[in-house]
Amino acid sequence: MIVAVTDYLRQDKLPHLWCGGCSHGVVVGAVARVLAGLGIPVDKTVITTGIGCFGKADDYFATHALHGTHGRALAFASGVKAVSDDLTVLALMGDGDAATIGGNHLIHAARRNMDITAIVSNNNNYGMTGGQYSATTPSGKKTSTSRYGNPETDFDLCSLVVGAGGGFVARTTPFHVRAMEKLIAEAISYRGFSFVEVVSCCPTYYGRYNREGGAVAMVASIKERAMSKEKFNLLPLEAKPGYFPMGKLHLEEKIDFNTRYREVQQKAQDSHRES
Amino acid sequence: MVQSEVKFISGNEACAEGAFYAQARFYAGYPITPSSEIAQIASERLPTLGGCYVQMEDEIASIAAIIGASCCGVKSFTATSGPGFSLMQENLGVAIMGEVPCVIINVQRSGPSTGLATSPAQADIMQCRWGTHGDHAIIALTPSSVQECYELTIRAFNLSEKYRSPVVILSDKTVAQMREKVILFTPGEVELLERKKPTGSPGEYLSFRPDDDGIPPMASFGDPHLLRITSSTHNEQGFTDDDPSNAFTLIRRLYDKIEDNADDITQIKTYFMEDAETTFITFGITARAALNAVHKLREEGNKVGLINLLTMWPFPACKIKEAVANCRSLLVPEMNLGQLVREVERACCAKEVHSYTKSNGKNIFPGEIIQAWRDSL
Repeated sequence: MIVAVTDYLRQDKLPHLWCGGCSHGVVVGAVARVLAGLGIPVDKTVITTGIGCFGKADDYFATHALHGTHGRALAFASGVKAVSDDLTVLALMGDGDAATIGGNHLIHAARRNMDITAIVSNNNNYGMTGGQYSATTPSGKKTSTSRYGNPETDFDLCSLVVGAGGGFVARTTPFHVRAMEKLIAEAISYRGFSFVEVVSCCPTYYGRYNREGGAVAMVASIKERAMSKEKFNLLPLEAKPGYFPMGKLHLEEKIDFNTRYREVQQKAQDSHRES
Repeated sequence: MVQSEVKFISGNEACAEGAFYAQARFYAGYPITPSSEIAQIASERLPTLGGCYVQMEDEIASIAAIIGASCCGVKSFTATSGPGFSLMQENLGVAIMGEVPCVIINVQRSGPSTGLATSPAQADIMQCRWGTHGDHAIIALTPSSVQECYELTIRAFNLSEKYRSPVVILSDKTVAQMREKVILFTPGEVELLERKKPTGSPGEYLSFRPDDDGIPPMASFGDPHLLRITSSTHNEQGFTDDDPSNAFTLIRRLYDKIEDNADDITQIKTYFMEDAETTFITFGITARAALNAVHKLREEGNKVGLINLLTMWPFPACKIKEAVANCRSLLVPEMNLGQLVREVERACCAKEVHSYTKSNGKNIFPGEIIQAWRDSL
């Protein structure tokens, strides 16, 4: 069966609800193209989401979907994956969902090594509720709840997930769409917990509060700040702030939860037979 | 013929046995006293049955995971106690709004908050009913013996599948941890219900289009019929729809599919009701003390009876009213400051209703109920 990208998107739901210049639609398009490219059947795909602008992403996919509560997409996805090894499970989250209210589920999904692909469109603020600061708003930046500058320090999401035990960790941007597709495809094909952060932009709130000059200027700035891991590592320490490494940042083969659990089942059944 | 197995086990063990009998094959949970035995047994037994146990990072994730697994067609459950049940309220709402069958065993302990860790209480009646926000209905079953822990857990899965709804087992620390004789059912002895699956073509299937009984058939993730579960107020397709008439139709249907079927869902057990002038109405471990009190008072020639509620929600108002039609007065003993008594008052407003409450981490003893009855005369 030949699959087309349109098979994965609900045409009747388009155009999407996001603001002009928002990166979320770029991510949705990339995910749909990747699913089509990999030929994963729509009825073998489950998309879980939470709440927030990017939490609406499931609306556009003609797949199975579980639109849950704020921050819990990975917890719902964990239950799905634990009983359905044959399904491709994706959790689509914003930075509020994945890293702020859902931070606990993120580190534990990575540690538990569930075979789930988590894709985070990180636009550094809560768009849905009016541009408040999140756990990825850089220190000093202005938002609707940090008008004098954010007093907190932001998470480096990729480092967080590597630290928590994630075996596949990548970062990309809405400018590098082909690279994004390649990384998402690799993440889905990876057996175990995979994590792709998209450094996104929210021109409506974050961009406006910080006078970043609209969507085009914001994407241009993201492009300028992105570089390969190798290049980033060569930068002198004092030059590093303001830049970020992109691409595949971490790859490690690890046995995923379901494979490990099959061993548990085997041992349990053996010992049950003996007794 | 297969012989029934007789065991001497705790209420928690009996809940786990009931879940396995009902074909539950997924458990996600976070350990908390006095419910942890259920997790321990699930972790040991489920892998032998081809099922799966996952220990989640908290109770929010635990109920989320059982919702996710249930969406794949696997009967799923979790167990917890007060502090954990508080955390579960958020996603209990998802199971209600998304109409996802699942069973939550809440072994009540003394609160508020950490409370008297871990002393008995029966103070989660209203949290169970209204703990998650918004208008909704819930099914909650209340076992008073180890045998009832077993039977009501099987029934919880059946009701959950039939009504596409979460079901709470409102157990309590004493019932959960005491040991009694239990007769386990043989395979096939009890009918096990399964959720309705879609019968039409995948293209026509809508995740939330109800049949005439108000309950939508439920596809599973992986089926050709695409399932869309959502926590948002939605239309029959499962997409956000804020049209007021749509919102009202949905909220009403979610409520009515439970409350309109109260006769099918609710169960009460009655004792000595033929000529009872006063009826004790209670549930859980307090029903055991009340039955003992009834026996003692009957020996003295007093016409007292007992209603043991096996269902707390929907409240079995009609069945109670019918049972107490000829009684003069009612006495409601409960291990909280008076949650059940108000429901009894609402159901039986023409009767003289007395309350006996205790909220200090100790069980109510038969002598206290007898004294409360004497004081009410």
